[in-house]
Amino acid sequence: MNLTRPCLNFLLLLRGQGDNGVGMSTTSTHITEIVEQIYRQEAGRVLAGLISHLRDFDLAEDVLQEAFIMALKSWPKEGLPNNPGAWLAVTARRKAIDRLRRNSTLAKKTEQLQNITEHVQEAEEVDDAEVYTDERLKLIFTCCHPALALDARVALTLRTLGGLTTTEIASAFLTTEVTMAQRLVRAKKKIKDAGIPYQVPPAHLIAERVSGVLAVIYLIFNEGYNSRSGEALIRHELCTEAIRLARALNQLITQESSLSPDSEALGLLALMLLNDSRRKARLSPEGELVLLEEQDRTLWDKKEIQEGLAILDKAMALKNPGPYQLQAAIAALHAQAATPEDTDWLQIAVLYSELLQYHPSPVIELNRAVAIAMADGPFRGLALLKPLEASGLLVDYYLFYAAKADLLRRADNFEEAAAYYKKALALTQNPVEHSFLQRRLAELE
Amino acid sequence: MKYMALIYGNEALGSQATPEQMGAMLAAYNVFGEEATKRGALVHGEALNPTTAATTVRVREGKTLITDGPFAETKEQLGGFYVLDCPSLDEALELAAKIPGAHTGSVEVRPIIEFN
Repeated sequence: MNLTRPCLNFLLLLRGQGDNGVGMSTTSTHITEIVEQIYRQEAGRVLAGLISHLRDFDLAEDVLQEAFIMALKSWPKEGLPNNPGAWLAVTARRKAIDRLRRNSTLAKKTEQLQNITEHVQEAEEVDDAEVYTDERLKLIFTCCHPALALDARVALTLRTLGGLTTTEIASAFLTTEVTMAQRLVRAKKKIKDAGIPYQVPPAHLIAERVSGVLAVIYLIFNEGYNSRSGEALIRHELCTEAIRLARALNQLITQESSLSPDSEALGLLALMLLNDSRRKARLSPEGELVLLEEQDRTLWDKKEIQEGLAILDKAMALKNPGPYQLQAAIAALHAQAATPEDTDWLQIAVLYSELLQYHPSPVIELNRAVAIAMADGPFRGLALLKPLEASGLLVDYYLFYAAKADLLRRADNFEEAAAYYKKALALTQNPVEHSFLQRRLAELE
Repeated sequence: MKYMALIYGNEALGSQATPEQMGAMLAAYNVFGEEATKRGALVHGEALNPTTAATTVRVREGKTLITDGPFAETKEQLGGFYVLDCPSLDEALELAAKIPGAHTGSVEVRPIIEFN
């Protein structure tokens, strides 16, 4: 068994065939697209159920892949099943039973077989996708277990719950596919060998585990919000997935009678909702990035803003502040400003200063400097950027150069501004960001 | 699952302990032993003499080479171990955190391979 093979490989293969136009009719391309879409929607949930019952990531990924191949054969002939996710789950479980029967000489396999057989019967009786929800939550605690290295936790969660390919995760982390594949293999092996459990942690462990899960969820959200290499700047399904996971987590904490609500888990949910509310306004019809101050605020999702603000209120009422709540408060000030001029930049600068107390970070210092520049003019902002630039900590960070270019432009220093836009351009691969920076540059020249 | 909890610490500090401190440490280990037994997790446990009592054996091309001391000089030395039988890593880590040595040195938790 090839341990590094992601279960999405065959879909990429089909995508490749479609591009070459080798024997792909419109109908089969269409079916491939549908299957791919369903993969995005259902894979995490189906895979979580499989992993939980099989206690084996690789077997679960393999049989899910087989189920997809079956779907590609069967669905064009027989039509889409009513519940494609449940169809995939049941088919994958049958494949697992076949495999385990072939290897049933080992006592452990027999135990797995018994476990999965019971669940196949269960799934056939209860044709309801909701039966997988709890399994995903167990799996996220497994994937975010502190016994795994942080980079492994993020990679594993994106891979198994976010349904990203190894290639996508590798590019999100600016590392090679080989490195990422090895990281995933090592993480899965450690889960198996060390006996990292598939369970929602007991009440006395949940608080410390939640903060680890929050970090991973936020990274998933940001991967969706600022896809560094994707065709589209926003991969919305990842944001939706992160929000969904955060909602489920908050719900679980609420349901646990021994626990009180977690202000930071609520803060993160509010933060993601408030950022996500700007989604439609962040890209122009041509697919270009639109800066916050240039966004059409009527496109902001008012329902999401209202929900985000309400959740932030709930979080702050717990009187236990933290970095997610501070970031949500910053997003809330943006969301509540009817026009860019109405933005309370001074308050935002204060919140960034508080955030720096929790997380001393050059990126937050950059944001603070930009907020101060918005409140007090570009020259104060540029003065604050000087020591940051001299520190060399942001030397590879294109947003630093983009921000400095912007402040120079506002200060009417067009020549230097152009030089900084060029530096920013050299550091981003995202085509959307590229065309945005190029547009700015063209305006100057 | 069985786990070995390997207890590492600075044995130089241990050798400087007063009789009262030694007594307190032994009492703390007894408390841990009772806790692990109560949970049905304790399989075995031993304390080791310091590395000054260690001898390392290597056999190369049929020849036995004996040297004084541990295999490698490190800042923290292996001072004892427990074998713990736990449902998962979570319970093993929770118990490991209760080992007195975890509060002064560190405890490495390693799953034991079960051949079947």
